[in-house]
Amino acid sequence: MNVLWLQAAGCGGCTMSLLCAEDPDAFETLGGAGVKFLWHPSLSVETGTEVLAILDAVARGEIALDVLAVEGSVARGPRGTGRFQMLAGTGRSMLDWVRTLAPLAQNVIAVGTCAAYGGVTSAGGNPSDAVGVQYEGAHSGGALPADFRARSGLPVINVAGCPTHPGWVIETLLLLKSGAFETSDLDVLGRPLFYAQHLVHHGCPKNEFYEYKASAVELSEIGCMMEHLGCVGTQAVGDCNIRPWNGEGSCTRGGYPCINCTGPEFEEPRHPFTETPKIAGIPVGLPTDMPKAWFMALASLSKAATPPRIARNAVASRVEVPPTIRKPRGGA
Amino acid sequence: MTDTPRLVVGPFNRVEGDLEVHIEVNDGMVASARVNAPLYRGFERMLEGKDPRDALTITPRICGICSISQSVAAARALGAAMGISPTPQGGAMAALIHAVENVSDHLTHFNLFFMPDFARPVYAGRSWHGRAVERFTAIEGSAVRQSVEARAKLMHILGLMAGKWPHTLAIQPGGVTRAPGPRDKIRIETSLRAFRGYLERVLFGAPLEEFIALETPEALVRWGRGDIGLFLEIAQDLSLESLGAGSGRYMSFGAYPLENGHGFASGIWEGGIAPLQTTGITEDLSHAWMLGETAHPMVGMTRPDEVMRDAAYSWCKAPRLDGRPIEVGALARQIIDGHPLARSFDGAGVLGRVAGRLLEIARTQLFMEQIARDIDPAARYMVQGKLPEHGQGVGLVEAARGALGHWVRIERGRIASYQIIAPTTWNFSPRDAQGTPGPLEAALVGAPVGQGETSPISVQHIVRSFDPCMVCTVH
Repeated sequence: MNVLWLQAAGCGGCTMSLLCAEDPDAFETLGGAGVKFLWHPSLSVETGTEVLAILDAVARGEIALDVLAVEGSVARGPRGTGRFQMLAGTGRSMLDWVRTLAPLAQNVIAVGTCAAYGGVTSAGGNPSDAVGVQYEGAHSGGALPADFRARSGLPVINVAGCPTHPGWVIETLLLLKSGAFETSDLDVLGRPLFYAQHLVHHGCPKNEFYEYKASAVELSEIGCMMEHLGCVGTQAVGDCNIRPWNGEGSCTRGGYPCINCTGPEFEEPRHPFTETPKIAGIPVGLPTDMPKAWFMALASLSKAATPPRIARNAVASRVEVPPTIRKPRGGA
Repeated sequence: MTDTPRLVVGPFNRVEGDLEVHIEVNDGMVASARVNAPLYRGFERMLEGKDPRDALTITPRICGICSISQSVAAARALGAAMGISPTPQGGAMAALIHAVENVSDHLTHFNLFFMPDFARPVYAGRSWHGRAVERFTAIEGSAVRQSVEARAKLMHILGLMAGKWPHTLAIQPGGVTRAPGPRDKIRIETSLRAFRGYLERVLFGAPLEEFIALETPEALVRWGRGDIGLFLEIAQDLSLESLGAGSGRYMSFGAYPLENGHGFASGIWEGGIAPLQTTGITEDLSHAWMLGETAHPMVGMTRPDEVMRDAAYSWCKAPRLDGRPIEVGALARQIIDGHPLARSFDGAGVLGRVAGRLLEIARTQLFMEQIARDIDPAARYMVQGKLPEHGQGVGLVEAARGALGHWVRIERGRIASYQIIAPTTWNFSPRDAQGTPGPLEAALVGAPVGQGETSPISVQHIVRSFDPCMVCTVH
């Protein structure tokens, strides 16, 4: 299976993250499974005219394209021309290239939230008029129309994340290679369910603090960051705390909030990223699938029941009070 | 008047981001070069009107390879506006996190971006070519694989202390969000020990201290061990020392600010050392698709020229220090820090830039080991601060590729202006109003172009010797 990888208007961080794959590394895993880069801008030897020859051969149908992977959002500006990103050496915009190549590909993968939904490149006033490959924010229809389907019949597969976890990209490619990937394996926003069926909350080491709403008030405190510090791990999809990052990391393990980087429009939360919006002192935004009345009732109850150990640790920068140890009965 | 052939080299890959190089060839040599950064995203404009703290989330995402450098610059700029500095241990941890990224970038550059060009068929027949193919063929080479594995393992320090890489929120104006405990210290030291093992077995082929003790180019080319030995053999055979010579003018903002000074010093070098004065920094827009006047970044603006006027040829502004271009990067940093081997490469080309980077890998490893030893698991790693309603701040750091600055102005509690000058903005700047080319444009002049070459190999080596980061360049 060949993969043509294009870097559109993004930061290149999803490729850098891909190189963090381990045991075995990204090259070993992909190569060993028969996934080859037809061309990748950071990794392949071909440059300049050699790349133009590959692109031309794909465009003319002389090379059958298995996967088109687009990293970064697609700039439509200025004034709909796409000239905020010209693919160097080609005199054509990336917008034009994506629209040309996507219909030729067996499958199209949007690697990262920029490519999926527009992402950070579309933040603020969206200066470059950037969109995702098949979405504009949460709305279907981006650089490619809402009804686009790759030759396989699948829509664009949104491997969203900022950056993407290396495992998400690799497993998507290997599932495609195995032929075991269907539309039903995607969530309603086109993300692979194998990671989008989890919440960042699952496996978060701050779960005990969450249970009691024992909250960190300032960054660097180890309590739950939902109440004050903008954490939306109970609403954001991702298996970040089930399979960690770079060894044993995740955002919440690193002491900072989940900002829902796998979701459309995460770049514009309409409040500071590290501050929870509140109405009358009550946080806006509920854990996914939780009825509001129950959440309020349980939160006030559990807050009242918070053991002193948990309350004190929540606002400390490290565990100050360890759990009480009850020795087994009997024995000496 | 002449039949000067013009070449457009692009897509220029194995650099971070988008790059297109236009060259004019005369008598088998590059007569002039114009460098185009063909991607504009407008990060500075996105930040206007936002809560200043949001810069800590948004600016790292300018770049997936220098992400932590952007974090640290934003944190420093906001800290300056708040009037706070990180706690001593918080600042040291931020420096360690930053150093891991910088070393990883140097490693990626050498193994994945720069060396694969020597495995090209154009060099078949050279005595070293077979070894270059075995070690450095893109994606497949054994050195490429080893470096990717070593880098991923080193980055466990980032998983532990920064949550993930790239794009962390762990680095804050007052320090870092996670305080390490005793076992974290042990883990960090273990990762560093493993990384030293890789460096000494594979890249350097000898104890790092021996490499750091080198003082002259003659001693360097006799090194003969590890992958560096292979590179030096190639460099001698291809005369890479004279290819793509620099101007001999260098700048460093100073890397890794600690309680008692920088890990690597700040300053300006032009035949001798002078203190860094950032008041002389301006950005010239004459050849950039940007509107406005030449200005210091504290008052400058970013307004794209949507008609992309013909007189301009890049989205990159042209930063100048006291009206002149200046080179930044690992070689600049090591020259300014006073290392004798680096100073012997004053004004150097491809070999000197790569040697500066390799020297810095070795020296940074020692720096990281020292910080790890000094971790105090009982210390405070972060203080809180308050943003002013009105104020300004500057964050000056050294990214892997050189001097990175953030200039922020805050009005009514919001970002009124945010200007960024990245390392490759300096190195790959277009011409200024005087017609003076940027450092890469100047370095390319005189590069040999073989008959029929469409993407000249000499241009490839020179461009990659700067290790450009194009996504940072325009941002």
